Amino acid sequence: MTAMIEMTGVRKKYNTGKVFFEALRGIDLTVAQNEFIAIMGPSGSGKSTLMNIMGCLDVPSDGEYSFEGVNIRNLSSNALADIRNKKVGFVFQAFNLLPYATAYENIEVPLLFAGMKGKKRKQRVTDLLDQVGLADKVDNKPTELSGGEMQRVAIARALANKPNLILADEPTGNLDSKSGEDIIKLFHQLWKDGHTIILITHDMNIAGQCQKIIKLKDGQIHNGNNSIPK
Amino acid sequence: MNPRILYSIFIRDFRKQKKRMTLTIMAIAWGTISIMLLLAFGEGIKIQMDRNRKGLGEGIVIMWGGRTTIPFQGMGTGRNIRFAEEDVEYLQRRMPELRHVAGEYVRWGVQFKYGDKVYAERVTGVYPCYEEIRSHYPRAGGRFINEIDMEQKRRVVFLGHTLKEKLFGNEEAVGKQILVNSVPFTVIGVMQEKNQMGMYNGPDENKASIPAATFAALYGHRYFNLIIYQPREFDNMEGIERRVFEVLGARHKFDPNDNQALWLWDVYSGAVEFNNMMLGIQIFLGLIGGMSLLIAGVGVANIMYVSIKERTREIGVKMAMGARKRYILVQFLVESLIIVTAGGALGMSLSYILTEGFKRVPIESEVMDFMGRPTISPEIGIIVIIILGIIGFVSGIFPAMKAASVNPVESLRYE
Repeated sequence: MTAMIEMTGVRKKYNTGKVFFEALRGIDLTVAQNEFIAIMGPSGSGKSTLMNIMGCLDVPSDGEYSFEGVNIRNLSSNALADIRNKKVGFVFQAFNLLPYATAYENIEVPLLFAGMKGKKRKQRVTDLLDQVGLADKVDNKPTELSGGEMQRVAIARALANKPNLILADEPTGNLDSKSGEDIIKLFHQLWKDGHTIILITHDMNIAGQCQKIIKLKDGQIHNGNNSIPK
Repeated sequence: MNPRILYSIFIRDFRKQKKRMTLTIMAIAWGTISIMLLLAFGEGIKIQMDRNRKGLGEGIVIMWGGRTTIPFQGMGTGRNIRFAEEDVEYLQRRMPELRHVAGEYVRWGVQFKYGDKVYAERVTGVYPCYEEIRSHYPRAGGRFINEIDMEQKRRVVFLGHTLKEKLFGNEEAVGKQILVNSVPFTVIGVMQEKNQMGMYNGPDENKASIPAATFAALYGHRYFNLIIYQPREFDNMEGIERRVFEVLGARHKFDPNDNQALWLWDVYSGAVEFNNMMLGIQIFLGLIGGMSLLIAGVGVANIMYVSIKERTREIGVKMAMGARKRYILVQFLVESLIIVTAGGALGMSLSYILTEGFKRVPIESEVMDFMGRPTISPEIGIIVIIILGIIGFVSGIFPAMKAASVNPVESLRYE
């Protein structure tokens, strides 16, 4: 089986004119199918940059990155958009739901981009709402939902096109501990269902529940693929 | 893209920036109204002028005899060229490219008497084709001079409508006898009212017409005052003119290059020039209207840039969800097109109501004979829709391109 993610010598440089900044300084990393990984590190260590590159939202300045065996260097921006649409699901700390749209419409967005037709799409959205336990909140707008509920909608949205890879950037950062635990439980369920999950967290307790922890510091991995026995 | 989502995005934006959106839509509506009304006024003037111009006749050339300035075949300069009846027949025979050739006699200060009313006016001896080529159309119940009148030299008269009012007032004139220089004539018709812009010898509404043959027999005129011809085709007016000089030059023995021998007034080419001038005026009016629409377009572009700035994060999220750049582009383009469509529809309906309303206001004025009424033609509608479309597209495409080119990573970080 090909690895889900394969990075060799990945660097990311930012050049904002005056300031030159290297967010990633040579990352070598392999993630297999159905792994559950936590990325930890102080702020500015390059966690989000790494996650954006994994999700094909950004491309490395240097080094090679293969996603499911395909080197993304040669892909067009449309091809990258299609990978994000069908093979990657993003979950953000700030939820990033469309504020004017209902839970239903928010979950529908990636399906619309995928071009899924009417009835099938409706069925899929309904199933997703069931899966995250929000069947009764179909027509609620984000402002009418609690933080935990908003993050569930966001996760349902991330799952819309049945992606293999779920990327979560501090998914519990804005939640109270109870809601946070529920969200982590949901991730565990998804892991059991066969998804590959990578999340950024500052919470050792959450990181401890993952298969592996990747510690980043100054754009480099400091502990490699240390497994945490649990 | 789901139209419902596009719609709800638009509604949300509208609510969020109600005042700005309303002002932008009003600006587009205002621009549309100004371009529509300016074009409608131009069209009204053109229609009216066209009507006035046709009072003289369409597609004709009026020709007067001149005086030779070039010696020719042993004859010196300064000879007067005058047309007789034979010249008309000669031209008809020699130049089949002419549909009509007609001569006209004129006499001023002729006495018209009906009952106790006496007026001194102008009488012309004309050919039956004047009905068509010089717009001498009769009112219902009357007729114009015909071939039989010519052959039999009948004493029949066709009155200009003003002359008829003077002599008869509201009384029916057709069939009545009047005295023309003490000779009894039967009125066979009265000219329909017309506006006449171009004229020689005075407006047709004040004169009377009698058959040319009658005129010649009665007043003993040997020569026509002028000849009018109308070609069958209008694509070679100059060639026909040259040919007239050659044909008449051979007959009257003058040099065909002697431009003073004949004086020609090409009404048709004048009309073409006039139409070109009107087109120029309309383009000018359209440009002025287009300017205000352009400024409104800048307003749309501006509001779109603001809207995109405010929704940077949303664009980033959509890109993370797999939106191709094209989807983002289309979304914002459609939004600006919605604004322009709304404003354009509003402006077009308002201008339509305004011009229709103006048509219903009864204004009797000499100015109206000249200005006409503002008229919205289908062409104006199409032109304005095309301009609106271009402005909507241009004012939308640049902001939309900016939106589609945002870096998703940065826009997700954008607060």
